[in-house]
Amino acid sequence: MTVISAAQLAGIFCPCPPFCLHQESKLTPELIHRLHFAFTITFHYLFPQLTMGLGLLIVVLKTVALRTGSEEWDSAARFWGRIFGINFVFGVVTGIPMEFEFGTNWARFSQLSGGVIGQPLAMEGVFSFFLESAFLGLFLYGEKRISQRMHWFAAVMVWLGSWISGFFIIVTDAWMQHPVAYSRLPNGQFEVVSFWQLLLNPWGLLQYMHNMTGAVVTGSFVMAAVGAFYLLDGKNKEYGRIFTRVGVISGLISTILIIFPTGDLHGKYVAKNQPAAIAAMEGLFHTETGAGIVLMGQPNEETGKIDNPLVVNNVLSFLIYGTTKAEVTGLDRIPRDQWPSALPLLYYAYHIMAGLGTYFVALMILAALLLWRKRLYGARWILWLLLISFPFPYIANTAGWMTAEIGRQPWLIYGLMRTSDGYSSTVSAGNGLFTLIGFMGLYALLGLLFTVLVYREISHGPAPQPQEARAAIAD
Amino acid sequence: MMGFIWFWLVAVMIVGYVVLDGFDLGVGILHLFLPRTENERRASLHSIGPVWDGNEVWLLAGGGTLYFAFPLLYASAFSGFYLPLMIVLWLLVLRGVSLELRNHIDVGVWLALLDGVFGLASALLAIFYGAALANVLRGVPLQADGYFFLPLWTNFQPGANPGILDWYTVIGGLVALVALTLHGALWLCIKVSGELEQRACRLINPLLVLVILLTIASLVSTIAVRPASLNNYYRYPFTFVVPVGVLAALAGIWFFNRNRQPVKAFLSSGVYLFFMLAGACWGVYPTLLPATSGADRDITLSRAVSGPHTLSVGLVWWLFGMMLAVAYVVFVYSRFKGKADVDASTH
Repeated sequence: MTVISAAQLAGIFCPCPPFCLHQESKLTPELIHRLHFAFTITFHYLFPQLTMGLGLLIVVLKTVALRTGSEEWDSAARFWGRIFGINFVFGVVTGIPMEFEFGTNWARFSQLSGGVIGQPLAMEGVFSFFLESAFLGLFLYGEKRISQRMHWFAAVMVWLGSWISGFFIIVTDAWMQHPVAYSRLPNGQFEVVSFWQLLLNPWGLLQYMHNMTGAVVTGSFVMAAVGAFYLLDGKNKEYGRIFTRVGVISGLISTILIIFPTGDLHGKYVAKNQPAAIAAMEGLFHTETGAGIVLMGQPNEETGKIDNPLVVNNVLSFLIYGTTKAEVTGLDRIPRDQWPSALPLLYYAYHIMAGLGTYFVALMILAALLLWRKRLYGARWILWLLLISFPFPYIANTAGWMTAEIGRQPWLIYGLMRTSDGYSSTVSAGNGLFTLIGFMGLYALLGLLFTVLVYREISHGPAPQPQEARAAIAD
Repeated sequence: MMGFIWFWLVAVMIVGYVVLDGFDLGVGILHLFLPRTENERRASLHSIGPVWDGNEVWLLAGGGTLYFAFPLLYASAFSGFYLPLMIVLWLLVLRGVSLELRNHIDVGVWLALLDGVFGLASALLAIFYGAALANVLRGVPLQADGYFFLPLWTNFQPGANPGILDWYTVIGGLVALVALTLHGALWLCIKVSGELEQRACRLINPLLVLVILLTIASLVSTIAVRPASLNNYYRYPFTFVVPVGVLAALAGIWFFNRNRQPVKAFLSSGVYLFFMLAGACWGVYPTLLPATSGADRDITLSRAVSGPHTLSVGLVWWLFGMMLAVAYVVFVYSRFKGKADVDASTH
């Protein structure tokens, strides 16, 4: 097995210090394969979260357009359809590698688990992608070949397709987090014993609600930010009002739902089933009755303490068990070899997610109040906040996924298979690093192109162009 | 029995992918030289605009089906063909993005760059797919645990220690390149009009001659590299219908093209691709991935297949889901029937 010493690379490549510490500064194949998947999935998920959130909001715009016959709302739907189209393509091209990487980088895991999680992955292709791609083609290219009602229906099907896709991915992940409905064959492979139990894994249902709400948060913030931009800029003001209104209303609903009930229920379920993860997320080194919640501070693995802590007493016990006196398991009760292997990263990911989530609710309540008092469109300070806040849901969604996946470590399938047993043993660190660097270069280019394209669409504005009015729709 | 069924279902997905994405890859290859004006380029791209993304779904759905029906094969082949697969992924990314970008950018210099990337990525993908199939037919140096890792090339000989590329797999790549170019030309012949249509149609006969020559070369070399490919045919002689089908399909392309029935000519080309792939599958069955390191290391159907419950449950949703999928495909193609919209604006 090829092992490249980090010293050889003169410290140029240590993308993630906590990993490197644990691996004794070696770029082992396991580390490379983990980074490979982590990097490509993180970049990929920047796109589907907007696809899924925006899909729903486009249906809202299109529905209003159809019911009121308003040209403006129709143009608004078309405008977001164009951005959706760009976003969708980037989601597709970065998504195809994901399905392959199970086999290319995680072969031993795939060999054993294919009978279970290959199932939802194949179902995603069969039930969602065909639906989504067929109707998106129709939505973007076919408006003048179909009726307005049919066009609305195409928008609904695209939205549905993206949410079905999200469901199957969550089912896949949920089984790795909380394996259910399986047995083992004599050759060690996992086999499904109940199809419905696999699909209705309680972990998956909770995670699905939480995740889809998160996607709507992203969609709402992006729409509100573009609206705020138009209002501040003074161009396309009529569209600016539509976008901020829809963005703020759906933002208010989704930011509340993401904390309660979806985040709350999901967190409780994690606490019950992955005590090591919750202890590390909260930075709880010692088992406590009436455990407090750490708002800020830096976890110190060496001393087993939080440095510079800002703690509110009893809150953690209450959040998990509904009583301030309950005992919460700390890391001291968990064998060291079962601690999440990148503990500080997990702690920060979780705190960033939770902190941003709190900010989202505050911002959206304020904006909604101003909208209700009919003062939002002129209140420049909050429009500015809405504009510059659009990256935060992306960060929060990413941090949320990092919390889930780093929290699962050191397990690949929780309690059943360790991550160190799952990667492709025939693919050396050198070959893995080669393609990881390749993906990094390629995705840097993609990120740049995406930004340019969306920037162009936004500066063009939603108003129909003369040539567009003739062709009814541009792709 | 379940293994037999799933073997052919996976084969159906692969055939679906090759026949459908095949024509838009072909249009991509032709894009390098066939359209001469900006309007013609747009017309040729608009002929695949609404459908290429859906065509690529067959690859994803096929990959997923392979994953759950034959996990060992998926794990072994995907990690063993690591480097070429990653290159395929990069090409798919570049191809999809350059196609999408072209709709949004109107600066001539960039358009030329995007056209080049799109065409080259399409051509390389076709070559890689052909070479991939040839790699499977030739076999790989499997270890006892069912895994292997192939370098991109060794000495270009299909011996015990081959690379991804050797003279045999290069022939496979060329067959795919030319056959998909022909497939794309037949599609353009249906979907575009004017001078571009005439140029596409004129290209068909020369391409057909090339396809016939390469088909013969690939057949002969396959028998030379892996004589066992013929065993199934001798055991069940009625399966010689496959090579007959290949010939009939090639004749069909020629005949319908001469009689100006482009849709039928295009379908014949689909039938040709179907028989070529089915013939290859039948040549290796019931082996999924032959070993060059000794037949006892072959990954066979019974060794790679998933558990019985997985497969029987899968059959229910797979049939249901694919019926839906085919319905969408038929619906969308029927909406976009006839010549592509040239006036659909780009911006």
